Amino acid sequence: MSPADIALPGEGPVPDTETRLARRPRIAQADDPALLRKLEKTWETKPGLYGWLATVDHKEIGKRYIVTAFVMLAVGGLEAALMRLQLAGPNRHLLTPEQYNELFSTHGMTMIFLYALPVLSGFSNYFFPLWLGARDMAFPRMNALSYWIYLLAAAFLYAGPLTGAGPNDGWFNYVPYAERAYNPGINQDIYSLGLVFLGISTSVGAANFLVTAAKCRAPGMSINRLPIMVWGTVTANAANLVVVPAVSLAFFLLWLDRNFGTSFFDVAGGGQPLLWQHLFWLFGHPWVYAIVLPAMGMVSDGLPTFSRTPLAAYTLVALSTVATMLIGFGVWVHHMFATGLPGLGLAFFSGASIIITIPSAVAVFAWLATIWLGRPVYTTAFLFFASMILLFVIGGVSGFMTASVPVDWQLTDTYFIVAHIHYVLIGINVFPVCGATYMWFPKITGRLMDERLGRWNFWIMFIGFNIAFLPMHLLGLFGMPRRVYTYGAGMGFSTLNLIVTLGSYLFAIGVALFFWNVFKSWRHGEKAGPDPWQGPTLEWAIPSPPPPYNFAVIPTVASRHPLWEDDLGEDEHRSSIEEGMALDQGKEALAVSILDAEPERILKMPEDTLAPFSLAVAAAVLFVGLLLHLWWLAGLGAVGTVLALAAWNWPRRKLLEREPAPHEGIGHG
Amino acid sequence: MSRIPLGYLDSAGARAAATLPLTWFLLLVSIAVCLAITYLLWRALRGPAGTIGADGKAPAVRRGEGAARPILVGVAISSVILLIALGWTMVALAQVAPMPRRPEIEIDVTAHQWWWQADYGASEPDQTFSTANEIHVPVGAKVLLRLHGADVIHSFWVPKLTGKTDMIPGQVNLTWLQADKPGVYRGQCQEYCGLQHAHMAFEVVAEPPAQYAAWRRAQLQTAPPPATPAQAEGLALVEYRCAVCHTVRGTTAGSNVGPDLTHVMSRRMLAAGTLPNNRAMLAGWIEDPQGVKPGTLMPAQQLSGPQLQALLAYLETLK
Repeated sequence: MSPADIALPGEGPVPDTETRLARRPRIAQADDPALLRKLEKTWETKPGLYGWLATVDHKEIGKRYIVTAFVMLAVGGLEAALMRLQLAGPNRHLLTPEQYNELFSTHGMTMIFLYALPVLSGFSNYFFPLWLGARDMAFPRMNALSYWIYLLAAAFLYAGPLTGAGPNDGWFNYVPYAERAYNPGINQDIYSLGLVFLGISTSVGAANFLVTAAKCRAPGMSINRLPIMVWGTVTANAANLVVVPAVSLAFFLLWLDRNFGTSFFDVAGGGQPLLWQHLFWLFGHPWVYAIVLPAMGMVSDGLPTFSRTPLAAYTLVALSTVATMLIGFGVWVHHMFATGLPGLGLAFFSGASIIITIPSAVAVFAWLATIWLGRPVYTTAFLFFASMILLFVIGGVSGFMTASVPVDWQLTDTYFIVAHIHYVLIGINVFPVCGATYMWFPKITGRLMDERLGRWNFWIMFIGFNIAFLPMHLLGLFGMPRRVYTYGAGMGFSTLNLIVTLGSYLFAIGVALFFWNVFKSWRHGEKAGPDPWQGPTLEWAIPSPPPPYNFAVIPTVASRHPLWEDDLGEDEHRSSIEEGMALDQGKEALAVSILDAEPERILKMPEDTLAPFSLAVAAAVLFVGLLLHLWWLAGLGAVGTVLALAAWNWPRRKLLEREPAPHEGIGHG
Repeated sequence: MSRIPLGYLDSAGARAAATLPLTWFLLLVSIAVCLAITYLLWRALRGPAGTIGADGKAPAVRRGEGAARPILVGVAISSVILLIALGWTMVALAQVAPMPRRPEIEIDVTAHQWWWQADYGASEPDQTFSTANEIHVPVGAKVLLRLHGADVIHSFWVPKLTGKTDMIPGQVNLTWLQADKPGVYRGQCQEYCGLQHAHMAFEVVAEPPAQYAAWRRAQLQTAPPPATPAQAEGLALVEYRCAVCHTVRGTTAGSNVGPDLTHVMSRRMLAAGTLPNNRAMLAGWIEDPQGVKPGTLMPAQQLSGPQLQALLAYLETLK
């Protein structure tokens, strides 16, 4: 398919003046040196502090997301390491109960809110435009804003643990224990406001992913050609957009209860403790899918690359991604089976929680079939992706057991659940993320990670993980409650806990090797070239690391695997990557129609600006003011946010996609 | 298995027993699924492998054929297993969820940070008494429990007899149990409730009906008057200090912040299943509760040696 053949709107027999492109873009070659120089000058971020704070380049933002999330992963891991020392034997006194409670709560907060989603957002941020054949995300400034708020919210939340006032009620923070009567310190105020603050970042990012996937694609990248990772990210973020408000509201109401004497959750004032649980899990369960679906997408895209064959049953996998999320809205009560709700209601949620396994089964069999049909190249990335299938199944069947109400009445709140959540979050998030790092690190840095070290990294992580977390299932069946800072010698828990602790330290060594490999290869890795794995998708068609404008000319896509068309040879159509629209009259990108990706508009993209950073800082000041009851500071922050928003939205002629049409005659005024 | 106090892969009561076959079924199905997938993955990995050559070339890409059928067969088998599990779940739920219509015993259990209060005989005013951290039931009787949360959310759980039910302030949840064999069954709070969630256990003592009746009669008695000067001094201390929180029926100590101590020495454990109950442990608990259970609401008693001995002498009569 040649780019010159693309039908542009308004050029058919009936001119459509509403959607006419501003001009017919010039068709150019991707290696045209004059074009490259011009684009470089237009798109590059200025060096120095200003450029660092003002950049809206999705690749820079994506890298920051990934690095920040990995720092959080390391910190959360150290917290876990301390807890495992305390639990290595019965009746140990390494930590006080308060220290232990803050540690397990901070660990949950860190891993679930500050690592698991942000790391996936980082990969999606970096790669969405590259997969989709676009110049940038739809809203580059919002993209910068969502990162800065994430960073500041993480600092805000960590102000607690660092000053000895960390969260102490677990990540799901049940009331009334979180209320002032039982929790008088500032701990819960920091946690509540911090999560409201972080919610802004999540919502802003979610909207950006949705619009980017819908509109900012190369011509021909119709929705049946999207990488599964795009399906996963879009699905997850559609859910986030719906459910994050529920949890932000819950934490806001809790903050009101604690600071202004309202009684949303306080029985004495007519409130309801269960209201908290509904609001939280209405968010919480869809969220669990939100932090695994994009990672499942990594596996769905990674396995075919290394198995040298397209993903089996692409359509089924894409549909099952969406189905998981839809059913995922109807399972939250399985966290509340023991709260005394009526049996009939429980039966529905139990049913949905069992049925949701079916779309997961589709994905598992599709992955197996892909490996089976292919000729796998055993890279470290492949090992992480392939092993994830097994960990996914173990985490899946333990979830299936807890979906059965009467069985869950025994299992819930024991170490069985601790085992389950870690197989889900480590097995289905950390393992794919490690695989994705090995796979895409060369694209981001231009250098390969060390494969030899990678083998050690993978096997130590895999073995350590299973030694640490498989025995936890048994601990759960033996009745060990979760969230206890110690246990008695006569309970039958001692030996298994020692094994778990040893396994967790082995796992930690594996993770440390991973970080070491990243660190070392960033500087000294072997040069990768543009396409070390001969992958199928557009990101492998451009240099590593990619230039600031990503694609010199906008590619035209003719199939699901633009770079594999010659090998597959399935029809005569070929994607055009070397030749395409130049879009070089300023910072320009292309908007397309949602389903078929037909060109609709030439977008004018914003320049680097300090507005997102200023808005994030002003909002942080506002939240600090609210936390400390320094109303003048909160007022200052509020004024600052208004000013930053005004600067952001100040009309600029450069961002007009078209000059306003001149008035035609009288009566159109 | 039965040497694991909180294990629930064996049961001692009708309600837990009704769930047990389903638990085993799901467990075995889960293990079988994991093994099957491991086998399939291993088979898939044993197929021909590709390598990236010295020139950096990966093997050519081919589209494999015939994936749709095995995927659909796999999903179909999974679905059938899931539907069986779903059906069995509903049947088991119908068996264990309804409360007994004519329970032989009704007990009100209230969870506090971090102990359990059990009140017997709410319907017969001359038969009421309160005890703590130890619930006696007759073997074979259906026991209805009304669960209350006094402060934060707790959860009632006796794995060998019944699954969990949360104890939530502002609402009364119901659960039931029936012990089929005499014995002592450990229970444990299962919803995180603060500093001493770890040490919030209790015991259900299942006895033959005659023994249970005798226990009940004994619990209805008030405390005996002191028989020695030391016990009298101990009683004075109880009425002066312990009375701020505790009740000893038959004395002026009548607060209900902490456990009822009228028959404290008849109980097997102290401090919610934390210490075995004997004179030495009791002394240690009274002297240094924060050392035993950091954060417990029981304050340390600054007692002199003779005062402690007198107090213990009196408390030992509370059988």
